Amino acid sequence: MPDASEPCWLERTRLQRLLDVLLERGFEVHGPVLRDGATLFAPVQRVAELAAGWRDEQTPGGYSLEPCGEARTFGVVSGPGALKPFVFAPHEPLLQVRMDGPGSSFEAEPVLPEGHKVAVLGARACDLAALAVQDRIFLRGRFPDPHYAVRRRALFTIGVSCTRSVSTCFCTSQGTGPEVTGGYDLALTELAEGFVVRFGSPEGEDLVGALGLPIASEEALRRERSDLDACAEGIERALDSGDLRDLLYANLGHPRWEEVGERCLGCGNCTMVCPTCFCHDQRDEPALDGAASLRVREWDSCFNPEHSQIHGINFRARVRDRYRQWLVHKLAGWVDQFDTSGCVGCGRCITWCPVGIDLTEEVDAIRRTEGAS
Amino acid sequence: MSARVRAARPRLGVFKFASCDGCQLQLLNLEDELLALADRVEIAHFLEASSRVEPGPYDVALVEGSITTSRDVERIREVRDQSAFLIAIGACATAGGIQHLRNVADVEAWKSEIYPHPEWLDTLATSTPISDHIPVDHEIHGCPVNKREVLRVMLRALLGAGPDPPRASVCMECKRSGHVCVIVAGGQACMGPVTRAGCGALCPSLGRGCYACFGPYEGANGPALAGRLEGLGLPRRDLARRFRGITGSHPAFRSTAEGLEDGDG
Ligand code: SF4
Ligand code: SF4
Ligand code: SF4
Ligand code: SF4
Repeated sequence: MPDASEPCWLERTRLQRLLDVLLERGFEVHGPVLRDGATLFAPVQRVAELAAGWRDEQTPGGYSLEPCGEARTFGVVSGPGALKPFVFAPHEPLLQVRMDGPGSSFEAEPVLPEGHKVAVLGARACDLAALAVQDRIFLRGRFPDPHYAVRRRALFTIGVSCTRSVSTCFCTSQGTGPEVTGGYDLALTELAEGFVVRFGSPEGEDLVGALGLPIASEEALRRERSDLDACAEGIERALDSGDLRDLLYANLGHPRWEEVGERCLGCGNCTMVCPTCFCHDQRDEPALDGAASLRVREWDSCFNPEHSQIHGINFRARVRDRYRQWLVHKLAGWVDQFDTSGCVGCGRCITWCPVGIDLTEEVDAIRRTEGAS
Repeated sequence: MSARVRAARPRLGVFKFASCDGCQLQLLNLEDELLALADRVEIAHFLEASSRVEPGPYDVALVEGSITTSRDVERIREVRDQSAFLIAIGACATAGGIQHLRNVADVEAWKSEIYPHPEWLDTLATSTPISDHIPVDHEIHGCPVNKREVLRVMLRALLGAGPDPPRASVCMECKRSGHVCVIVAGGQACMGPVTRAGCGALCPSLGRGCYACFGPYEGANGPALAGRLEGLGLPRRDLARRFRGITGSHPAFRSTAEGLEDGDG
């Protein structure tokens, strides 16, 4: 058994063995597969199901795939789905409410998820950073979320460090990537012939032991280092975070909000794909017999007009107000509330915004013309 | 009128105006739930389901279809007078339906082009939503409506709860369901960003763009979406048609369509 500090080596041809061991241990394994012109995490049993041999190009409001001309398994940097749905379900029951008869009292019983074991293969450094942010929100507060907790305990993460980025990535600004440095059970770096493997938890260590992996060669580690450094250097998009909180608070009346409000559709795609956004709504779904109802929660968004509707008044009636709420909360309010930025720099909100609104550009515009209000 | 339905076994009436019957059919498509529902409500008037018709009053009325004849104008008032809680269902009843296209056409001209005896037709020059004629207590949008939503609204009303309709955009439903965006990854036109949720993002789930069946999402930014779709290479004329579609009579869509038509030389 190698020492925790010693990275191991997994031949490309033995990646299937990793999947097999996870499957034998009762995990549902999810990995990036091609789906409708992008990659999504989906259950896989065979390495051949993964989106190998492709790479993605991402631009504000644009996503495309092309063959990458090599046998890379993780050539596609990311798709719209992050780790969020695995722990914070888009739609899930919370409570089963029952009433014995008209006018009688009612009982409410929590409906917890089953918590079947899920292993996600191919999470990026920014995804793992976002998971840590969500852990802080859902688990560390005064009221830990039991539903999140069940799913989180059942999650096994296999991070893959980025050896290429796309134009919308800016993890380097947020200190979250491109190298997987924490929050993982296993971490891989893909090289031409195979993977450098590290474990970050006792379960990960056990798995490495079961695979009987050799220590990675110095040559492999040297190439890993240079690939990771090259990736980090290639990231051009940036968010200057130093004084961001104060900058945004001081510019709540900046004309840029009006301008972005003209372009923004208020559609909420940015919040849905953001791996840290946590807003949700709860609704009661009555049963047919009239004696029971199910309380469900689903992802909501500060772009949904209903989100700011309180007692008949909408205090963020215009799209401009909602965009400002999103950005100022994410980049400034979170720092006060959770002691972390709400942004890990994954760039999903930029790519998956149908009109390509880019938060780094919006922040820059405000910075350039600060005090214009 | 109140959202509460207090009768022990409330009486339901289902009424049809100018429409295709598809929304009523959604009710009949509630195969597994319909019998249980019939235990809790008396289906007093529902011609698509049964020719047995009981006179009003009705505790709940579901109204499908738009107003297109002078007789409709009278009949919808009669239905209103007889109904405690009246729900307009579907794009015809809430927006005038696809037949609202007559509102921007010359009805007299096409009447004589199509029919040998246009004088036999009794039709108004417009197709208008129910709410243009009588007060409506609630609207369930869609073409057709989502049967689950109709059931949910009725079950809530039976418990004395208001409808609590979905108010998100189709995009939010699309992303909750984990679909890949057809605009961003597919370069296709999609009306999801300006359309009210309710269908569960049915079209994007099949890899094609939304048709806006559920009408405009609150605060829909038509011009911004139109600009983006134009950038995908869609002619303005085709784009205008997307906004002129099933729910195109809504001001938010109409003004965007007009803007596109104006600029289409
Ligand atoms: S933001 Fe960084 S860690 Fe995330 S996918 Fe891009 S390069 Fe990788
Ligand atoms: S705000 Fe955008 S870039 Fe930042 S974490 Fe969320 S989706 Fe990623
Ligand atoms: S920023 Fe983009 S994704 Fe977000 S609500 Fe506006 S248009 Fe939609
Ligand atoms: S496919 Fe349509 S509904 Fe779905 S996110 Fe894209 S624009 Fe919105």
